[in-house]
Amino acid sequence: MSRVLKFRKGLNIELKGAAEKVLVKIPHAESYAVNPADFKGLTPRLCVKQGDKVKAGSPVFFDKYAPEVAYVSPVAGTVSAINRGERRKLLQVVISPDTEQTAETYSITPEITASRDKIIDLMLKAGYWPFVKQRPYGIVANPKDKPKAIFVSGFDTAPLTLDMDFILSGQIENFQKGINILGKLTEGKVHLGLSNADTGSKLPKITGAEITFYAGKHPAGNVGIHIHHISPISKGEIVWTIDPQHVAMLGHFFATGIYNAEKIVALCGSEVKRPHYLRILSGTSLASFGEQVDQDKKRQARYISGNVLTGSDVGANGWLGFYDNRISIIPEGNYHEFLGWALPRFKKFSTSKSYFSWLTPNRKYEPDTNLNGGVRAFVVTNQYEKVLPMDLYPVYLLKAILAGDIDKMEQLGIYEVIEEDLALCEFVCTSKIEVQTLLRQGIEMMIKEMS
Amino acid sequence: MKSLRKLLDKAKPSFEEGGKLSKFRSVFDGFETFLYVPNTVTRCGSHIRDAMDMKRTMSVVVLALVPCLLFGMWNAGYQHFLSIGNPQSLCPTFWFGFCKVFPIVVVSYVVGLGIEFAVAQVRKHEINEGFLVSGMLIPLVMPVDVPLWMVAVATAFAVIIGKEIFGGTGMNIWNPALLARAFVFFSYPSHISGDKIWVADLSKGQGIIDGFSGATPLAKAAAASPGTAIDLPSACDMFFGFIPGSIGETSKLAILIGAVILIATGVGSWKIMLSCIIGTLATGYLFNVLGGDNPYMSLPPHYHLLMGGLAFGLVFMATDPVSSSQTETGKWIYGFLIGLLVVVIRLFNPAYPEGTMLVILLMNTFAPLIDYYVVGANIRRRLKRAKAALSAIK
Repeated sequence: MSRVLKFRKGLNIELKGAAEKVLVKIPHAESYAVNPADFKGLTPRLCVKQGDKVKAGSPVFFDKYAPEVAYVSPVAGTVSAINRGERRKLLQVVISPDTEQTAETYSITPEITASRDKIIDLMLKAGYWPFVKQRPYGIVANPKDKPKAIFVSGFDTAPLTLDMDFILSGQIENFQKGINILGKLTEGKVHLGLSNADTGSKLPKITGAEITFYAGKHPAGNVGIHIHHISPISKGEIVWTIDPQHVAMLGHFFATGIYNAEKIVALCGSEVKRPHYLRILSGTSLASFGEQVDQDKKRQARYISGNVLTGSDVGANGWLGFYDNRISIIPEGNYHEFLGWALPRFKKFSTSKSYFSWLTPNRKYEPDTNLNGGVRAFVVTNQYEKVLPMDLYPVYLLKAILAGDIDKMEQLGIYEVIEEDLALCEFVCTSKIEVQTLLRQGIEMMIKEMS
Repeated sequence: MKSLRKLLDKAKPSFEEGGKLSKFRSVFDGFETFLYVPNTVTRCGSHIRDAMDMKRTMSVVVLALVPCLLFGMWNAGYQHFLSIGNPQSLCPTFWFGFCKVFPIVVVSYVVGLGIEFAVAQVRKHEINEGFLVSGMLIPLVMPVDVPLWMVAVATAFAVIIGKEIFGGTGMNIWNPALLARAFVFFSYPSHISGDKIWVADLSKGQGIIDGFSGATPLAKAAAASPGTAIDLPSACDMFFGFIPGSIGETSKLAILIGAVILIATGVGSWKIMLSCIIGTLATGYLFNVLGGDNPYMSLPPHYHLLMGGLAFGLVFMATDPVSSSQTETGKWIYGFLIGLLVVVIRLFNPAYPEGTMLVILLMNTFAPLIDYYVVGANIRRRLKRAKAALSAIK
């Protein structure tokens, strides 16, 4: 019998607009983009220019400090724009798709799939390497490292929860193949975390991975929480993580040899008329989804690539992020509320019992992006700890980051967390402290110090 | 409401940087954010945020203090009319107390908020709500006869030295309200100790009936000589608060209502309150056993909660999230030690009958040390794991 880990700490935020289990295949979008900002700590070096023809899987840029890692186009087409921001920082490489799609193909031999080095070489060349992220730091893995384990979380607990079983239902063989490939990459184990809820899922039958079941509220589905409880990262240790859809995509590639960036993404949020799942390519433009936004509500909408806790505000004309599995569209909160802080506010969700949302645990909410107050210093205690199932003192860690104290950051466990793990802390914070931004600053300090 | 919003929007530019009234930016900002939740939206990190903010947190504490304030006003009148042997009905009694207490509240808020506004203006940050609570706590821990100028000076001291020089709410080491009381205690001891100052106008000595003593139960207990019984008010009187004492501390019932509000909303830490009560009862019981014929030591342990300011202190002062222990394990230790030390000081300190104020300030000072060891245990666990991992590699 597999292990079951139960967490008491955590928080499920119930939102309106979860995706129905309907899958729609979308024809080609107007444009696709590869966004270097999706890969933390990357310094891109372009290898295409405007007007170049690319195939699906052709490289568009490399990492300046790890040139063996290729970042590739998700689609065949023409590089229509190279967007740059302040100080010529590369923002996006935009590609307009051709009507006839061609993809890079590679021959997969048993010789390749038998050797760790050859698998890595092929993944690097074919643009599959950025799937693999490393802990500590949550950056693209260094192919020269030898991780002590690889972790995959096979379920999702974030707000507007994705049904991973539904997403992977047609992909189980590819997923199995992907797990087998990952097994070659580490001398340790491949860990697969699954939900304890019995949903008739096929994932528990996967072989070649150590399966652990988890019960609890968000962030129980975060891979960082799994690592912390199964194989915590100490100084000098490295663990790799990979998104479950990426495992299936990797498996598909090693089965066929054809580059394919197709994935299933949820279009969800209270502003979407009929939230559902889409089959699209990585990096798809969001522009065409504007039609699906409920205009009757007459509200300004925020387009988020990713979930509402950790995603990025990409705007109505933005593109889907590389690691994101959902597009969340929620109302903006740019309005003044008369004496709002003193009112009962029955429609707002709060963990505080001075509001009434604790009386209606099954009610679904439509929160907007209002900060709901002003930024203050740390005052209230034991808020973060209640939503973080880890043996770690988040406020002390954040204070060490504010003080720039590298030793303290290390002692307090900065290697064990990335932004998504502390996202709920930011949500519940009475003082409205920017926890995720602060943590990334700390991680950047660590990377600089350690290199 | 729309016209009010329009008025604010119209006035706003003149308060901003470079505007005619930019010297009053912090004041305008304070009032605007009081009237309206700002329209700021999340820029980075989590896109949605909990509806809880600092204003609401602090308002809950102020609300929890209201029963103590109202009872304190009534009791100020009741004790006064008792001392002149002329008991009155509810309204005149309350009105008398209101006239005595309300000016203290006003002085405390005006001085404290004035300094907060000025500092927020100079430092160019938003006004912190922390003083809404401190400003209410300060009058409640003062004797009713305290001169108003003393309240003003003590408040200014507490806000400037106790809070602003550390960086404002959230950065302070000590509870500001207790610091204000300690300031009065050390600077003007005759106004905050003795038997005469706890009842309004008693020190003037006019029309006081014979045999009326304004002594608090604590003073009576401390003064009792070995072998005699202590002349205490009934436990019932002490629970409901018909006794002399600082304005807010006398009614344990009102404090209990406040405690229920704080615990139900999760704003106050029940762990600190409970561990403090455990500490008090355990220590009280210990001295019961050891006490011999000392009447104070053989007092039932729960009397320590009924007498003096301990109940008020443990519910409203010890639970201050900023100056108390920040870790959950630390809170148990911190609360227990407060209860323990209060009883020890009450029983063994001949100079002053009450110990709550100084004990909480002392434990405020030691709270970071407690946390240091609690967090240190976490660090050591991690270090041990890292060493094990390292030796496994070798």
